[in-house]
Amino acid sequence: MAALTWSNITQVLAKQGILIAFALFMFGFALANARFLDIDNVLGVVRSSAILGVMALGVTFVVISGNLDLSVGSMMSFSTIVVLDLHDKIGPALAIPAMFALTLCLGALIGFLVGYLRLNSLIVTLGMLSAIHGLTLTWSGGKNMDIADKQGTWFGIFGQDEMLGVPVPILVFVLLAVVLSVLLARTPFGRKVYAVGGNGTAATFSGIPRARIVFCTYLISAFCVACAGLLQASRSLGSQNTVGQGLELEVLAAVILGGASLLGGSGTVFKTVIGVLILGFIQNGLLLVGLEFYVQYVVTWVIIILAVWLDVAAKRGRLWSPIA
Amino acid sequence: MQNENTARLLKQGAIWGFIVLELIFFSVAGKFLSLSDGAFMDLDNMLLLLKQSAPIGIIALGMTIVMINGNIDLSVGAIFALSAVILLDSMTWPIFEGLGDWVIPVSWLLALATGTALGALNGLIVWKTGVDAFIVTLGSMLGYRGLVFMYNGEQPTSNLNWTLVDFAEAQPLGLHTATWFLLGCTAVLWWLLNRTVHGRNAYAIGDNREAAVNASIRVGPHMMINFMIIGFLAALSAAVFYSESGSVNPNDGSLYELWAITAVVLGGTKLTGGRGSVISTFGGVIAIQLLRKGLGYIGADTETVNLVIGLILIAVLYLDKQLNRKGKEELRI
Repeated sequence: MAALTWSNITQVLAKQGILIAFALFMFGFALANARFLDIDNVLGVVRSSAILGVMALGVTFVVISGNLDLSVGSMMSFSTIVVLDLHDKIGPALAIPAMFALTLCLGALIGFLVGYLRLNSLIVTLGMLSAIHGLTLTWSGGKNMDIADKQGTWFGIFGQDEMLGVPVPILVFVLLAVVLSVLLARTPFGRKVYAVGGNGTAATFSGIPRARIVFCTYLISAFCVACAGLLQASRSLGSQNTVGQGLELEVLAAVILGGASLLGGSGTVFKTVIGVLILGFIQNGLLLVGLEFYVQYVVTWVIIILAVWLDVAAKRGRLWSPIA
Repeated sequence: MQNENTARLLKQGAIWGFIVLELIFFSVAGKFLSLSDGAFMDLDNMLLLLKQSAPIGIIALGMTIVMINGNIDLSVGAIFALSAVILLDSMTWPIFEGLGDWVIPVSWLLALATGTALGALNGLIVWKTGVDAFIVTLGSMLGYRGLVFMYNGEQPTSNLNWTLVDFAEAQPLGLHTATWFLLGCTAVLWWLLNRTVHGRNAYAIGDNREAAVNASIRVGPHMMINFMIIGFLAALSAAVFYSESGSVNPNDGSLYELWAITAVVLGGTKLTGGRGSVISTFGGVIAIQLLRKGLGYIGADTETVNLVIGLILIAVLYLDKQLNRKGKEELRI
C-alpha cells in the first residue's frame, strides 16, 4: 500500500517539484496581476530570458558531465565584442562564422585542460574567466564597440526581428533546446555524458572515452555561448566589454534550479529551460506586483536553496541533514 | 619518502620563489620599460603594495580556512558590500547622535556583527540542509547582493568621518593601518589553524569527513564556525577599507570571491580540503598584487593583468597536479 508518508511526498515533490513550483508561481502572479499571463508579457519575458537560456543549455551538458563552467559570462562578452568588431571589418557574413570559430577555440582549450589534462574545472574556468576578460579588453582596447552603420545592416535580424509573429531570439532558444534535448536524451553521446558524470571511473572501465566526452561538452557550451553572443550583439548593435559579466553565476543558478546536480549525472535540457523560465518570470512577476527590481535576487536565493534542499532531502529520505 | 619531502618543500617554497622572481623581473624590466623614475623596489612602493593587498588579503585568509574545511564561500563579495553599507550608514543613525566620535567603535561592531551573522546563516544552511556549500553561497551571493541594493537602491552610501579617515591613513611603526590588520589576521588565523583543536579538526574534516565523523568530531559546528570566521573577515576587510574611502557603491566587492579563491589556490591550498596554510595564502595575495602593480609599472595595460593572472592560475593548477601525482592515488587512463 502506497501510504502517504513523508518520504513518499518528498519523492514526488523532488521528481516534479520544479514543475509544481513553476505552476504555483504562475498561478500566484496571475492572480495578483491580470497582465501577467498576457501573451505580450509572456513573449517579452521569454525573449529577455533567451540569451541567458541559450547559455544555460550548454552549461547543462557541462554540469551533467560532472564539471563546472564559470567562464561563459566572460566568453559571451568576448564573442559579442569580436562579432561587432569584425562586422565593420570583414562584413557580417564572414564575421559570424569567424566569431563562432574563435569562441569554439576557447571552448576547445578549456575542454582540453579539463578533459585531457584532468585539471579541476572550477579553477580552470575561473582562470579562463579572468584570461578571456583580458583577451576581450585587449581586442577592443577597452572601448565600447559599436557598429558604424546601424541602419544599413541586416545584422539586426537575430536580435530584433520577428518570424511568424515570434521574436527570433525565442526561435533560436527553442530550436537549440529541441536539438540539444534530442542529443542528450536520445543519442549514445547523451548517454555517455550521463555516464561520465554519474561515475567517471565506471564509465572509463566501460570503454567510454571520458576525456573526449568532457571535451565535447565544453565545445557544446562554447557553441551556445557564441549563439548568445550573436543574439546580444544583434539586439543592441553595440556593446560594452563587460556585457556578460556575472552571467556565469546566473546561468549556473538556472541550471541548478532546473534540478541538475553539481556532482554530475543528473539534469535534463527541459528542466533547465524551466529553471530559466522561473528566473525570468520571477523577475517579471515581482516587477508587475510593484516590487523593486532587486527583490528578485533575494527571492531567487530562497528559491534556489529550497529547490536544492528538497532534492537532496528526497534522495536521503529525510528533511534535515545527518551531519552532527 | 625523499621524493615526497622534496615535492612538499617545492610546493611550500614555490609561492615565495615566485614572488622573488616577480620582484627581480619587474625591477630589471622596469629599468628599460618604466616611464617613472622611481625604482620598483622602493620602500614606499612596497608599503603601498602591502596596504593595497589588505582588502582581498583579509578575505582570502578566511577563504583558506573554509577551503581547508572542504567548503567554499562565493558570497564574500556581497557580505563585504553589505557590511560596508552598514558601517557607513549606521554612523548617521539618529540613535547614535549623542555619541560623538564614540559612534566609530559602535559602527565597526555593527558592521562586524553583520558579517558574522551573514556567515553564520550560510554555515547554518550548509549544516542543517546538507546542501553543498557551493550552491548555498552561490544563492546567498545573489541574496545578500539583493539586500545591499534594497538598502539604498543604486545610490552610493557615503559618510566621511575624518577621525576614522585619520585612523585608516595612519602609519603606526611605519606600516599602514590596513597592513597591520592583514598581518594581525594572518597571525591569528595561523594560530587558530595550527595551535587549536578547532584548527586541527578543520583539517581533519576537510581531509576525510567520514573519518572525522567516526572520530566523533562534530562536523557541523566546525563548518559553521568557519563560515562565521570568513563572514567576520569579509566585514573586517570592508571596515578597514571603507573607513578610509567613506563611500560604497552597491556593486562594490563583486568578483572579490574570485580574486580571493585565486589567491588561495596560488598559495597551494587543496581544493578538496584537508591541506593548505594561511602563510602560503598570504604569499598568494602578495604575488597577485605584485603582478598587478608590476605590470602597471612596466607600462602594460590593465587588461594584460587579467590575462596573465588567469594563465598563471591554470599553470599553477597543472604544476600542482604534476607534483602531487603519486602512482597509487592517480588512475592514469
